[in-house]
Amino acid sequence: MDLFEYQGKQFFASFDIPVSKGEAVTTVEDAIAAADRIGEYPVVIKAQVQVGGRGKAGGIKLANDPDEVRQYATDILGMDIKGHTVKIVWIEVASDIAEEYYASFTLDRSAKKHLGMLSAEGGVEIETVAVENPDAIAKIWIDPVDGLDEATARAWVTAANLNPEATDGAVDILLKLYRAYTEGDADLAEINPLILKPTGEVHALDAKVTLDENAGYRHDWAAYEATQERDVREQAAHDKGLQYVGLDGTVGIIANGAGLAMSTLDVVNQAGGTPANFLDIGGGANADVMAGALEVINNDPKVKAIFINIFGGITRGEEVANGIVEALSRVSINSPIVIRLDGTNAEQGREILEPHLSDQLQMQPTMLDAARTAVQLAGS
Amino acid sequence: MSIFVDENTKVVYQGLTGSQGRYYGLLNRDYGTQVVAGTNPKKAGEDVEGIPIFASVADAVAETGANASCIFIPAAGVRSAIMEAAEGGIEFIVCITEGVPAQDEAWFFNKLKRDFPSVQLLGPNCPGIISPGKCNIGITAGHIAKEPEAGAKNVGIVSRSGTLTYQALYELQSQGIGVTTCVGIGGDPVPGTSFIDCLERFQADDDTSAVMMIGEIGGSAEEEAAEFIASNMTKPVVSYIAGQTAPPGKKMGHAGAIVSGGKGTAAAKMDALQSAGVQVGANPTEAGLLMVEVVKGL
Repeated sequence: MDLFEYQGKQFFASFDIPVSKGEAVTTVEDAIAAADRIGEYPVVIKAQVQVGGRGKAGGIKLANDPDEVRQYATDILGMDIKGHTVKIVWIEVASDIAEEYYASFTLDRSAKKHLGMLSAEGGVEIETVAVENPDAIAKIWIDPVDGLDEATARAWVTAANLNPEATDGAVDILLKLYRAYTEGDADLAEINPLILKPTGEVHALDAKVTLDENAGYRHDWAAYEATQERDVREQAAHDKGLQYVGLDGTVGIIANGAGLAMSTLDVVNQAGGTPANFLDIGGGANADVMAGALEVINNDPKVKAIFINIFGGITRGEEVANGIVEALSRVSINSPIVIRLDGTNAEQGREILEPHLSDQLQMQPTMLDAARTAVQLAGS
Repeated sequence: MSIFVDENTKVVYQGLTGSQGRYYGLLNRDYGTQVVAGTNPKKAGEDVEGIPIFASVADAVAETGANASCIFIPAAGVRSAIMEAAEGGIEFIVCITEGVPAQDEAWFFNKLKRDFPSVQLLGPNCPGIISPGKCNIGITAGHIAKEPEAGAKNVGIVSRSGTLTYQALYELQSQGIGVTTCVGIGGDPVPGTSFIDCLERFQADDDTSAVMMIGEIGGSAEEEAAEFIASNMTKPVVSYIAGQTAPPGKKMGHAGAIVSGGKGTAAAKMDALQSAGVQVGANPTEAGLLMVEVVKGL
């Protein structure tokens, strides 16, 4: 779950990481009131969208007085930045910047340890630094069993060649950032830039945080959940508890198992078609789940054909077939459906589906045949 | 003839009294797996269809000699269930549970390596392991797997996807090809058992002639396996990588199936494997056909 900058700052603040005083607002009037409450000019007005390049797009402005707050808030709210509409802006006290650094923690899946990255080259894309000046990134690998101690953090900061004035502040923030990353259940916790102020304070000027949804049960993330950017289909699927990813194509897909669902997308693509979505319905037999899945896909205006790809293991073919028949009796579907049912008791399942077959509902014996048929139907 | 488990493996089911644990535990027993115990701290002394319930894994091991465990416990309890199994003397832990936080996975993976180096963890978020004819631990439908025969060309399977392994087992069975062991390593970002762990054992197993390796987007396990294959394997490997059409930055069902910062794409994995001499099918059907040809040619 990706957080907006202002949420990332709230998340960091809950771990005592110094961030700028600020407020998130959704209207111009609220922006002015927020600047007034903050009480210090200049303030920075920052578009809250989950893409980079906000500055270049004109989504980050320095305002020196209430009139400029009004002007910039008006410009930025509702702006389109790379396909994202700005609904929220974050108003914060402007900071004096002496130097900009980069700091992050994430999982190194190969090493199976936490990876900390620290660089004196902050304020730019870290991927660019990694390519153009890899030695500028000081990396450490932390065993989750040991955690990060102060001595290690201090040595790491030294290795990164930050301004010596920044050492104590950086060490303090890195220890807190590590706690935020681990105890806060983040997949990624990044500060870019981490700034050294002329006063000697070290401070997080930006916050990029991705939380691990699997840990949601042990945190109160309702506020973050409520603002997640999902399109209409994804929101509907989310509300039904479905494992769904929206894509752009015309062949709607339902499969049992994430791997099978991914490979269904692949074969539709190989057959010359375009998948409309990824959808894993787990076991495959439950009529409620199948009906919910069909509803979501049916409501996708781009879908012209639906491919249901089921391999029954322990879930038996007749259970799957009954689930589909039941689901179709509840939901009226606009597009033709192609079913491939294989595995345990597939024959019995196909017999149950036989009497229901029509122009709108057909079966194909193999995954590739079904993909080709669905693609043809979507194209016609 | 089999890797990690065989007909002598004795399994304690952590979560046997819950609905999932009970359903699959009993199916495993019907298959022929030695299901010797279950655990539930509140139901010690009871039984599930004759399978005794103990308060802890340590108790179960002391009484029954269990050497493997299968975890059907909800995600919030997995970290302590795994440590309970390791501390209780279990050597092979199969964790079926999906939804375990990645921070927990990173922690217990390293804790096991440090304090219990001889313990092998499979999963979390995996379908389990089947050694056809000998042992089935987890949620694979045993009847779709053909038993291997000594002297015949049998195949070993290792996969991140459950359903795709069922498909592979089914296709091999329909071609009369036996499987020595099918290992589901699962879809999470920090799996207890890697492709390499399985490949090296299949290479050493006299009855395994070829290996089917099913991967997916996310991480670098397939690339690491490709390096291992190039330097260490003489037996042929056939592969399929799911997620060629996956968009960047989205988790595709599995917590570990995500292309991040341009890394972990199916294309890169397929290239790495092909460079290592692996035959890569464009889809599961093609991979199945390639494997049949490989076996015929052996």
